[in-house]
Amino acid sequence: MKARLLTGGEAVAWAMCQIDPDVVPVYPITPQTPIIQHFAKHVADGEARTEVVNVESEHSAMSAAIGSALAGARTITATSSQGLALMSEVVYIAAAMRAPIVVAVGNRALSGPINIHCDHSDSMLVRDSGVIQLFVEDAQEAYDTMLLAVRLSERMLLPVFVCQDGFTITHAAEPVRTIGRRRVQEWVGDYEIPFALLDTAHPTSQGPFAMPDYYFELRHQQVAAMDFALPAIEELGVELAEITGRRYGLVDAYRLDDADCAFVCLGSTAGTVKDAVDELRDQGRAVGVLRIRSFRPFPEDAIRAALAGVSEAIVLDRADAPGARGPLYTELAAALYGSDIALRGHVYGLGGRELHPQDVHDIFAGRYDRFVGLRSESCLA
Amino acid sequence: MPPSELLSWQQLPLGGVVEPDIALRPLTGSYRTGLKPEADVEKCVDCLLCWVYCPDSAVQLDGTSFGGIDLEHCKGCEICAEVCPTGAIEMVAE
Repeated sequence: MKARLLTGGEAVAWAMCQIDPDVVPVYPITPQTPIIQHFAKHVADGEARTEVVNVESEHSAMSAAIGSALAGARTITATSSQGLALMSEVVYIAAAMRAPIVVAVGNRALSGPINIHCDHSDSMLVRDSGVIQLFVEDAQEAYDTMLLAVRLSERMLLPVFVCQDGFTITHAAEPVRTIGRRRVQEWVGDYEIPFALLDTAHPTSQGPFAMPDYYFELRHQQVAAMDFALPAIEELGVELAEITGRRYGLVDAYRLDDADCAFVCLGSTAGTVKDAVDELRDQGRAVGVLRIRSFRPFPEDAIRAALAGVSEAIVLDRADAPGARGPLYTELAAALYGSDIALRGHVYGLGGRELHPQDVHDIFAGRYDRFVGLRSESCLA
Repeated sequence: MPPSELLSWQQLPLGGVVEPDIALRPLTGSYRTGLKPEADVEKCVDCLLCWVYCPDSAVQLDGTSFGGIDLEHCKGCEICAEVCPTGAIEMVAE
């Protein structure tokens, strides 16, 4: 297995090229653009046979994706920020219609003010839509997770969002180990769904109207699917590791075994926090990191098990929720309710503001209030 | 439909996919307007306009001939009586 120097966007585009999906309906938006730019080049160069549909908006991208996925065609799309917001109405429908669509997300702050840099507010917008959301830490994991997402999506009959931090991952080059096209093709196999619209021998109507007597039951199928997705993510992670040698589960525990305090976060920030944790360990502090890889489904049991030995958890949210606490904090508080673990929640990094290792030290030392690095008059003294 | 006949979330097809012929199950004739169509087959010329126009597919076929009206699904809209060129369909009180 050779290492290539790839950005996260290039790594995802290369995974898409090797997967060779039937249809990619897509609309460009920063920082997702390199994904579709590089993928379109692979198609133009004859490296993939995909039909790329240049739709007029993200709403149309997801609508076309539902149509092609349910027609019987393997379908991938990609988006960011406002694109995901515009797509969001149809994202709920994709999940409800059980359309297996893989979506590569370059996470970017939502407007306004308009901004192009990373935070997780776009993904949080669709956290309750019924789609699976996997947050990756680096370009390698973005590549591997795209491969996993195809099988996961088609097993669960749900959209799977592979969320990578905009710019920090999408545009930063690092060595990425890829596997060969033949092995990728063997891994993904043929696209099969139970009710293909173009299977004219077995006609169906899809996307029905549901009155009060059936809406609750149909919606609950998605709740159940998320429960089944938890073991599926673990199983496919083990299976893919047999090919790649890299194993990912629901969560990523780092130096937690004898830790008394754990940082909890999503995405590329875990890399920074792990470095700071190494420094804190050198100073004799018993601290570790729990990176939540699967945000939907939210793996409560895996989190409780990973944090069983700590007395304090410091939750880092890269999205705020005006009028409430951050989304990761509230999920974690619910998961740990009744335990003796003290929780601290911080919002950081909005609109792409960097979180430096020193910030992690300052958070650990209690030198920040809830909002990391926020300039306000009371803090300027 | 009485609650005991409603399906659970496990019994429903994933995503609410609707398989063929499922629309036959609700007996929509149960809320007919109070008038039902009656056909005089002596006047019928088998033009099948009633079959084409019926919005509930309640006009039945016997091969390529008029085959009667399915009163379990007829809602009494009177379209068949309206389009019949020979006056063979009359709406009568239930």
